[in-house]
Amino acid sequence: MYEITKKRFLSDNIFLMEVKAPRVAKNCAPGQFVIVKMDERGERVPLTICDYDAAAGTVTIVVQAIGASTKMMAEYNEGDYLRDFTGPLGCKSELLDTPAGDLKKKKILFVAGGVGTAPVYPQVKWLHSQGILADCIIGARSRNLIILEEEMKAVAGNVYVATDDGSYGFKGNVNDKIKDLVNNGNQTYDLVIAIGPLIMMKFVCLLTKELGIPTVVSMNPIMVDGTGMCGACRLSVGGEVKFACVDGPEFDGHLVNFDEAMKRAQMYKTEEGRAILREKEGATHHGGCGQCND
Amino acid sequence: MEIDVLKKVPVREQDPKVRATNFDEVCLGYNKEEAMAEASRCLKCKNPQCQKGCPVNIDIPGFIRAIEEDKLSESFQILSMYSALPAICGRVCPQESQCEAKCIRGIKGDPVSIGKLERFTADWARENGIHPQAASEKKGKKVAVIGSGPAGLTCAGELAKAGYDVTIFEALHEPGGVLVYGIPEFRLPKQTVVAAEIENVKSLGVKIETNVVIGKSTTVDELLNEEGFSAVFIGSGAGLPKFMGIPGENANGVFSANEFLTRNNLMKAYLDDYDTPIFHGKKVAVVGGGNVAMDAARTALRLGAEVHIVYRRGESELPARVEEVHHAKEEGIIFNLLTNPKEILVDENGWVRGMICVEMELGEPDVSGRRRPVEKAGSEFELALDTVIMSLGTSPNPLISATTSGLEINSHKCIVAQEENGQTTKRGVYAGGDAVTGAATVILAMGAGKAAASGIDQFLSAK
Repeated sequence: MYEITKKRFLSDNIFLMEVKAPRVAKNCAPGQFVIVKMDERGERVPLTICDYDAAAGTVTIVVQAIGASTKMMAEYNEGDYLRDFTGPLGCKSELLDTPAGDLKKKKILFVAGGVGTAPVYPQVKWLHSQGILADCIIGARSRNLIILEEEMKAVAGNVYVATDDGSYGFKGNVNDKIKDLVNNGNQTYDLVIAIGPLIMMKFVCLLTKELGIPTVVSMNPIMVDGTGMCGACRLSVGGEVKFACVDGPEFDGHLVNFDEAMKRAQMYKTEEGRAILREKEGATHHGGCGQCND
Repeated sequence: MEIDVLKKVPVREQDPKVRATNFDEVCLGYNKEEAMAEASRCLKCKNPQCQKGCPVNIDIPGFIRAIEEDKLSESFQILSMYSALPAICGRVCPQESQCEAKCIRGIKGDPVSIGKLERFTADWARENGIHPQAASEKKGKKVAVIGSGPAGLTCAGELAKAGYDVTIFEALHEPGGVLVYGIPEFRLPKQTVVAAEIENVKSLGVKIETNVVIGKSTTVDELLNEEGFSAVFIGSGAGLPKFMGIPGENANGVFSANEFLTRNNLMKAYLDDYDTPIFHGKKVAVVGGGNVAMDAARTALRLGAEVHIVYRRGESELPARVEEVHHAKEEGIIFNLLTNPKEILVDENGWVRGMICVEMELGEPDVSGRRRPVEKAGSEFELALDTVIMSLGTSPNPLISATTSGLEINSHKCIVAQEENGQTTKRGVYAGGDAVTGAATVILAMGAGKAAASGIDQFLSAK
């Protein structure tokens, strides 16, 4: 059992939890993830690591309540226990293996979409600890979905907020902001690291390919065990089949087959939607199941 | 009861039509009267060949004689001296090619039903609250066991009996390895049988820490150098599922057998009160002919599908146990033998809609000694499907070998270990089971776990 030592909501349905998990805290690095199973009957949910403190033995995760299990997890509070908390899983960010000298020469732009801001944060924070300030775009549909802005400002160079509806910061999506920075802001970047919804990462990659900027993305496909055993998380990268859990989760974004990944992400939407429907909404269901347009 | 010494006492099973719709155990096992009658068929050979056919060398005539004499507690203690998991072995061992294949009774007539008798004794002990006896003397040395499948549980049980302080590290959230995620409920009940035998191993003093992925959460080197373990046994299991590399394989509705079985068995997708989603196909093809393929096929059938086994060789080449093939056929699984998939057909939304297959015929024997299947030209045909389950075996998981200094792997990426004592190329580190041999059986993994326990005991005693 793993104690929740802190919990707070970052938006309506995005929450942060700090969890006591000493083995994970001791060995984890930016870019990796954990698998959480909240109780006996819950799913194994892969979640990105947002922060960690080896000395305190704690790991911070950020969760968007969308599935049956994550919605129930949202009701857990400080002092409650998660049944299972496994990790760290996946490979650490390539930044950690890049020689410091090379890293210092690079101008790096992070592009964070929605809850994808959480796994961006530890990478920016780690670079900060190495004396490197990276820029970061945080994008979301609307102001109330922007998370971790203050935390990011404390460790990044420039932080740009972009909202689709213009309710906060730049009006437009993250791609509009990248173009704005490159075309109007005279910024040049050597590396883009984009983490967010699949559709966002796909379009960022199309743009950065055009701009000739190498781009890393972090994939979060359907998973079961997270150790390579089931193959559910397979995706095509440069024509080869890769398992996101052991080969990733970070890949060269210009080689990832996003269309296939997006189709695979729909695989259990119907089933999961049904599970929630049965439980929560009964006959009043209007959207959110993956079958409807909402 | 009357018995024919030439014939096994038949074992009761659930009716095929009924069991095709439920996940309850297929085989109901012997009652005491039946077990005693079957035990009386054993010749109690002075030089028992059956024992030589057993990878863990169980005193088979000994435990059978005790059944015949109605000394069931003694029968269980005899079994426990050799095996930590008798209720499991009695169910899933391929006895027909091991102990029972060597039974003298079998020369004329049926061999003694050793597996069913082992199961009877173990079930009786569990139902009567009898547990194996823990060690009285402690050695004061810590041993780490990686993986809680059959190899790990056996190795841990043996070492605990010898007085070592043993901790098992398990990557998943439940102990049991393949016994829990792989083999289905209807063949091996999880709560009554597997959980109970794991409790027996714990009652010997073994500790189990779940959610620890060795190579990620910690490493073999850290266990030895920082956590105070004097030796490590690696029983991490089979590894990553193989795919065919044919077009359409990443479509929605194509699963590895590991994923399909794990969702259903470990994550209990077949029970309504669990959150785990599983895709309920209506027409399913399982590609492969091993025990795992049979398990996946029979699981899909119970979830309500029409199920085809697609296998490129013929019936006599099926690697699955005869009993499993027989059960699958009884339940209505359709066998498309001498058939090989060429391409998975995908609809406009990315879902499986069918599979193009080609008929095969058997040519000259290949390196494995089996006749090589070759395509019959122009025999392609289409099978309409909504689900394809790939059951083609596994390749070793590099998580441990890649993070352990001085641990050698072979060209198949399996860990190199000596067969007689499990010793690897790294001092103090032993290995066994599928991580060493590639995918094999529960009992072979147990045999390797046992051999390694004795290797570790010798190593630590000499230290």
